[in-house]
Amino acid sequence: MLLQLDGVGKAFGGVAAVDGVSFGVAPGQVHGLIGPNGAGKTTIINLISGLLPPDRGMIRFGDQRIDRMPSHRIAALGIRRTYQNIRLFPAMTALENVTVGQHTRRSDTLLERLWFSPRVADEERRLRGEAMALLARLEVASLAAVRASNLSYGDQRRLEIARALGSRPRLLLLDEPAAGMNSTEAQLLGRLVRSLLSDGLTVLLVEHNVRLVMEICDRITVLDFGRVIAEGTPAQVSRDEAVIAAYLGTEDEQPDDVQETKASLEAAAGRLIEPAPATGGARGPDADAEAG
Amino acid sequence: MGWLQDFYTQNSSTINFFGLNAILGLSIYLTLAAGLLSLANAGFMAIGAYVSALLTIHAQWPFWAVVPAGAFVAALVAVPLGLPVLRLRGVFLAIATIGFGEVVRLFFINWDYAGGALGINGIPQRTHWYHIFGVLVVLLYCFWRLRASRTGYALEAIREDESAARTMGVNTTFYKLLAFVLGAFIAGLAGALQAHLRFIVDPNDYGFGEAVDILVFAVVGGMNIFIGPVLGAGLITVLPEALRHLRSFGIQPGPDRTLVSGVVLLLVILFLPRGLVSLFSEAPRNWSRREEPLAPPA
Repeated sequence: MLLQLDGVGKAFGGVAAVDGVSFGVAPGQVHGLIGPNGAGKTTIINLISGLLPPDRGMIRFGDQRIDRMPSHRIAALGIRRTYQNIRLFPAMTALENVTVGQHTRRSDTLLERLWFSPRVADEERRLRGEAMALLARLEVASLAAVRASNLSYGDQRRLEIARALGSRPRLLLLDEPAAGMNSTEAQLLGRLVRSLLSDGLTVLLVEHNVRLVMEICDRITVLDFGRVIAEGTPAQVSRDEAVIAAYLGTEDEQPDDVQETKASLEAAAGRLIEPAPATGGARGPDADAEAG
Repeated sequence: MGWLQDFYTQNSSTINFFGLNAILGLSIYLTLAAGLLSLANAGFMAIGAYVSALLTIHAQWPFWAVVPAGAFVAALVAVPLGLPVLRLRGVFLAIATIGFGEVVRLFFINWDYAGGALGINGIPQRTHWYHIFGVLVVLLYCFWRLRASRTGYALEAIREDESAARTMGVNTTFYKLLAFVLGAFIAGLAGALQAHLRFIVDPNDYGFGEAVDILVFAVVGGMNIFIGPVLGAGLITVLPEALRHLRSFGIQPGPDRTLVSGVVLLLVILFLPRGLVSLFSEAPRNWSRREEPLAPPA
């Protein structure tokens, strides 16, 4: 396991947001982390990235314990994240945002820059080229010189991923990357996430869009009220009684949400029982229709 | 070159004080660039002034040694102060650093060895304009090279979103302390140069008023690029002198001139909210067309 959580717990004012969660993320996979609102998904991302210290339990990355490390050291080990509520550096341009993402890979000192050291100039040129390539990959290359705050919502989401990739991380934590995207954008994003794996990246994906999760994840962990209620492949999870109960509930749920989620689960299950489309490949037009 | 000589002799104090104020503006720019509203720089300036003046008078150190020594001691004091204080943000940091400034002032007022409330008199004049502007030019060069550096981007990222910067691998505690300590060093330099320019060091010159003046250089000039505080220092130093010529319009020295000075500052802040630099780089925000995203969301 590249990332291993063992009995991790975190409470806020006596309310357990994460209550003894254990799961592992295997290298080279897209691992989904899903659950209803308030299940503790984002808290887990915050615990892994070191923004919050866990109350108990252990988090291991490779062979290192990271649950007591400051977040900049965790980042230096090769874990990068995006945020559910986008947190770019708004006054900086798209390219500068990616450049900050490359912080751990830059080595220039002010002294070297004062005498225009050629080594530093080379490094800068190389990293700038890489940053531009990343922006191109995320389809925001034409916006490299635009301030992040002036980008459209979807472009900001993509730029945040580009910034996270700037450091060539080993593990990427995506916190609802498709939030606010339409189904076409979400599909493109899903394809992009799958394509990251061939670069040796591992992805932990928190996402509300159940269809997207079912399509692109190799394994899924389902949380409810801070506990793991199911884990397995998308096919196993979408048939799990506890998952269906947690998502659909028995009462007090808005009918629209129920219908949508149920349709997604059923659609996913149906597709997975039939020969599943190759993950990362093109999706048929029916996929769009199903989501409604 | 005769006219230049004349101009300097007539305006030497304005010119030198512009240089010193520009250096002070740069010292606060460094912390502002990291999003830290620190008002401790007047206190660091006092430390630089006192340390260098005492070394000159009591230890007969040469000028080239006392100036860096003053700055170095200011930076040294900034380390233990910055470690706890930089955990604060915004107005809380401002209040804590104002408190530090007052402590420094009261310390010197009560330190009899350094002249108590009277301060130090009769410091030999060693600072010349080329010292001040030499330091300023070197600093401007350093700030220019800092801009697109690893450190420069790290400071900017901290200003924009500190915890996002941390998850990008930026050691925010280190960089904030670095900005604070280097800012203290620069303010200490200014203090030491000033002490050897005008013969005296008076503890009450380094109080809250001076701390706010330094901040105003940056606010009026603009905080987005290091040229801003230099321009701000220029305007605020030159403005009262220029207003002297308004006497022929019936504006008298004293309250009248202060009033005009205040109105000019108000106009700058109202119409150039991003400071004087926005005159040169881009049209002020509220006048210019808004930058629309180039492509509509897909």
